[in-house]
Amino acid sequence: MEIKELELLKMIADIDGTPAGAYNIRANGTLASRSITENVNIKEKDGAPGIEILIKPNTKGEKIHIPVIISESGLRETVYNDFIIGDNCDVTIVAGCGIHNCGSEESRHDGIHTFFVGKNAKVKYVEKHLGEGDGKGERNMNPTTVVNIAEGGYMEMETTQIKGIDNTKRVTKARLQKDATLIVHEKLMTHKKQYAETDFEVDLDGENSSANVVSRSVAKDNSSQLFLSTINGNNICSGHTECDAIIMDDAHVSAVPKITANHIDASLIHEAAIGKIAGEQLIKLMTLGLTEQQAEEQIVNGFLK
Amino acid sequence: MLELKNISFSAESENGKKQILKNVSLKIDEGFVVITGPNGGGKSTLAKVIAGIITPDEGQILLNGEDITNLTITERAKKGISFAFQQPVRFKGITVHDLISLAAGQDISVGDACAYLSQVGLCARDYINREVNTSLSGGELKRIEIATVLARGTSVSLFDEPEAGIDLWSFNNLIKVFEKMHDTLGGSIIIISHQERILNIADKVIVVANGEIKEQGKKDDILPSLLGKADIACKVLTANCEE
Repeated sequence: MEIKELELLKMIADIDGTPAGAYNIRANGTLASRSITENVNIKEKDGAPGIEILIKPNTKGEKIHIPVIISESGLRETVYNDFIIGDNCDVTIVAGCGIHNCGSEESRHDGIHTFFVGKNAKVKYVEKHLGEGDGKGERNMNPTTVVNIAEGGYMEMETTQIKGIDNTKRVTKARLQKDATLIVHEKLMTHKKQYAETDFEVDLDGENSSANVVSRSVAKDNSSQLFLSTINGNNICSGHTECDAIIMDDAHVSAVPKITANHIDASLIHEAAIGKIAGEQLIKLMTLGLTEQQAEEQIVNGFLK
Repeated sequence: MLELKNISFSAESENGKKQILKNVSLKIDEGFVVITGPNGGGKSTLAKVIAGIITPDEGQILLNGEDITNLTITERAKKGISFAFQQPVRFKGITVHDLISLAAGQDISVGDACAYLSQVGLCARDYINREVNTSLSGGELKRIEIATVLARGTSVSLFDEPEAGIDLWSFNNLIKVFEKMHDTLGGSIIIISHQERILNIADKVIVVANGEIKEQGKKDDILPSLLGKADIACKVLTANCEE
């Protein structure tokens, strides 16, 4: 791999050298490197581009890396990855995609990830998206994440897109069974003329299932963001969805949270707030000796931390 | 030494322009100074003028002989002026540790940050990683605000009505903090306050009303006359007793 590709890997998946545990590194549309362990198998998916990640029941403490990098301008790909996580597992999956585009053509990665989280399994899923390169070609990503959580299962998603992606449509659809839990923390920042759309839809089907979907975003320059979030309470359940956005410059932000109770004991809350950085926040940090620009950076970085 | 010369400031109001500060001149040496007076008299405006948050229409501000009138908030902060807000600012995502590190001007250790929090009576480990937002009560935020000023360790520390919006228990702790600061913190400590217990800690008291300095001098010279005038004392100490 070239240095820029290694740098991308470091930034999106915190990989520096060969990662410990199972991994599958995809570079420019092909397999670059793969490793499996006794408990984690990774194999090509039948009938479609992509992989299957099979994690044996009761696997604990393993970290699986599945990053994708694109450094070829004009490469467009759609990849289907399935994650089958056995009962009683406790694992961390680090995904992420980095595009380095120095050319004039669009580079695009559409990743469709489908999770099957077993009974009483616990999964932490970390996904970072990043674009860079000084070419005029767009860097686009459209991740779709489908989550099925079995009884007593728990999944925590930490998704981040901080810079460099021109267009993105991020779709997450989740279905939860009895006593299952989904926690989502999304962090998003757009610059220039970038567009980002987030669309969550969570079905709380099982008794005592719960979901907490929180998105924090910053829209700068002329960028636009659309946040859609739907939680359907179909049983005794609790759901909370929150969109919190800082708007700057000439940006546009829309937030459309939606909650639907289809059961008398469904308890659902939505919150949405959009606003500029408060003047008093800037002044407070300036009284500590920061310049206005440094104060703004601190506020934005803290907000997205 | 901080010196204000002929400071005037007007602001737009419903009835046109209103003069908030009228030709104010004063000198503040090292020590514990309390600026008091009725609500709407110009005290907070005066503190904000010193910190650079409000730009006066006329007048001059000198810090140790240097003209700082045209310096920005940031430049004045770097010259050694700190300001604790009457209503502490909340930040999503910025932790108490982050804020105290920013105040100290460097990444400080958890232990050092905790030491500042302990000085203001907070059980530090419970707070250090909490965000400076709605999860903290008004009294907790107020003490964290004061901790940021302690962490800065500047030559001029301004506190705008530190007693506002906190309960009696927190206020008692606050008094202890200021008593300790009076004994340990160097430089000029300037507190805007209506509270007799804070006035009693002062070395110097300045009475501001209707945008003017009405009285100033040593606590022992000012307080007896101030507290002896029932109507003025009522306005000063309770601030809202007219209502």
